[in-house]
Amino acid sequence: MNAAGGGRHRRSSNPQLDLGASGITRAAPGREPAAAVPDGADDDVLVRVENLVKYFPVRGGGLIRRTVGHVQAVDDVSLTIGQGRTLGLVGETGCGKSTLARCIAGLIPITSGTVSFEGHDITNLPRRQMQPFRREIQMIFQDPYGSLNPRRRVGAIIGDAFAIHKMATGETRKRAVQDLMERVGLNPEHYNRFPAEFSGGQRQRIGVARALALRPKLIICDEPVSALDVSIQAQVLNLLSDLQDEFGLSYLFIAHDLEVVRHVSDSVIVMYLGKIAEAGPKNAVYDAPRHPYTAALLSAAPAADPESAVARRRIILTGDVPSPIDPPSGCRFHPRCPKAEPLCAEQEPPLEVKLGDPYSHMTACHFPVQAGEDLAAARGQDTRGAR
Amino acid sequence: MSITELEFQAVTVETAPEEAIQGQSQWQLTWRRLRHDRMAVASIVVIGLIAALAIAAPAFASLVGHPPSQAYPNIGVNVNGTPVSPGTHGFWLGTDELGRDLFVRILYGARISLFVGLSTTLIGTVLGVSVGLISGYYGGIVDAALARIIDAVLAFPYIVLALSLAVVFGPSLWIVIGVIAFFSWAAISRVVRGQALSIREKEYIEAARSLGAGPWRIMFIDVLPNLMAPILVLATLSIPTAIVFEATLSYLGLGIQAPTASWGNILGGAQSYYTVAWWYLVFPALALVITTIAFNLVGDGVRDAMDPRTERVFAAGRKRRKTGSQGDQADGEAALPPLTVADEGGPLSWQ
Repeated sequence: MNAAGGGRHRRSSNPQLDLGASGITRAAPGREPAAAVPDGADDDVLVRVENLVKYFPVRGGGLIRRTVGHVQAVDDVSLTIGQGRTLGLVGETGCGKSTLARCIAGLIPITSGTVSFEGHDITNLPRRQMQPFRREIQMIFQDPYGSLNPRRRVGAIIGDAFAIHKMATGETRKRAVQDLMERVGLNPEHYNRFPAEFSGGQRQRIGVARALALRPKLIICDEPVSALDVSIQAQVLNLLSDLQDEFGLSYLFIAHDLEVVRHVSDSVIVMYLGKIAEAGPKNAVYDAPRHPYTAALLSAAPAADPESAVARRRIILTGDVPSPIDPPSGCRFHPRCPKAEPLCAEQEPPLEVKLGDPYSHMTACHFPVQAGEDLAAARGQDTRGAR
Repeated sequence: MSITELEFQAVTVETAPEEAIQGQSQWQLTWRRLRHDRMAVASIVVIGLIAALAIAAPAFASLVGHPPSQAYPNIGVNVNGTPVSPGTHGFWLGTDELGRDLFVRILYGARISLFVGLSTTLIGTVLGVSVGLISGYYGGIVDAALARIIDAVLAFPYIVLALSLAVVFGPSLWIVIGVIAFFSWAAISRVVRGQALSIREKEYIEAARSLGAGPWRIMFIDVLPNLMAPILVLATLSIPTAIVFEATLSYLGLGIQAPTASWGNILGGAQSYYTVAWWYLVFPALALVITTIAFNLVGDGVRDAMDPRTERVFAAGRKRRKTGSQGDQADGEAALPPLTVADEGGPLSWQ
């Protein structure tokens, strides 16, 4: 696969990047932001997010709508995205992935924390000052039906970027749009069609063309393929990786499909209830998950290889995802965790590299999963035994 | 990317022979459906005729030789002071009590009616759409404030306002237009606001914002085209409402003043004479009724054509209308919800 190949190539040329540029920085509460990124790799950091917090106020009913609480959608998340690389973001529905993406894209204001792009602080910039950065950060949306205006022709939708940024006009714009359409595998002759005349996969290509129009450096893909058929998914993923090679794009790739993320990413972040549970290079996280949540997620994913499916035992989590309005104390995963101890309910585990981790990636867990440990069996046993 | 190429070719082959299908816009589709609606087409023809007559009113006046405000006390009034009947002395539709040619006056009245109907609808629609878009798109405090203003306007007793304005400023065409426009924007605003509120949550609005589009661009380029169907329907239906409103005001003596002819003030004059001169009441009333019905039928047709989901409901309604007259109210309501016009009551309540 192209992206993986290209990514590996880049990685070997700069091994520092594995943990640095596309790695994760994390500041434990009350501590200085951890300087997890080596200074030398700083040039390669495209986006740096530090301690990002996004709370949505919950208002009560009645005449005077007081704020009665907050949905803690994203709580203290730090990460970096390296130039030309893909950072995968996985987690269940409602864990704050999309909110995080929209905060980084500047579509919704951030409660606290900072987002910087190539060293410029772009946190909560007013629209006009954000404009130059809009060219650099684009989004591809999840719903190929909802993300295209049904009343506008494809040419106008893709050409919107040129119109807004007053770049090309008239015949030049039309040619630019048709080039884009050709580049993403659409027939340029269909310039004057309406979105309804295209299939789901073609519509997602239109979305890709729109995001690509301004030649951005970062494209945030918010579950770009989850609404598509599997065969079409592969086409769109291949297109994305081709484009990455061609234009040196960076991706923040959000998905709940673990295999898709594994396929496209260089590094992976696993989120649970607005917090990072585990983060690190793709192979490290997938091969040796340290957080029980990651382990459970991975065990739940259907395996393509039947032999490994036999070898792997499914970890069944009990209960539902708690409400982000009133998240559990301590580790947010503790009510559902097969390894939970009293400490987990009291103290929030910092996101850090655990001792004995062969890949040295970061986990927010007091009692990380050890190599060879059978979590599926842990539930039934005494918790001491599981440790 | 061989799969892509395959898909690509398949699409090309599939659609190449039928270029005509390509890029059919909402307007083309609407027009095609509207053309098949016989009632709507007939109504459009009727409206066209009325408009032609209104435009040609001076020509008809010179043809029959009777200026609209010229009284003919000698030939136009009987000895006992009553209007002469249709056909006498070259008065095609008879005269009024002053001996003025009723036919010419009705034609001139059509000019007023159409002008008031169209101009107030234009003003009301532009104002209503703007306020509705701003209110719906911005939401929050802006919306709360504008929504309260809309509510206040809708709650206003329009006759009282019209009466007091006419008394303070003296009745005139401009007061009439002002009052009608003032009461027609709010209903459109409310519908547009409601729709804009739902459309702004769509992902393509977020996409526009992520491209850097400003609020005005989003409102008028991304949101507005999605609202054209309800706006056009409401606008079409507000024309007859405005015409009736103008006639009402003029009938009460608060609108168009004599000697300028308007259907309303002709009807006002007729109320003392209809026992001896039926034509004085019947012809202007017919003109008003025909015009209003024609505009309403076109409005219904546009709604059917714009929103195919309502088509079947309306067809059923038509059948019911033929068999029994009770169906009217029900089928009007049944057809409205897809455009969310039904709950906005507003302008229709004038009638």
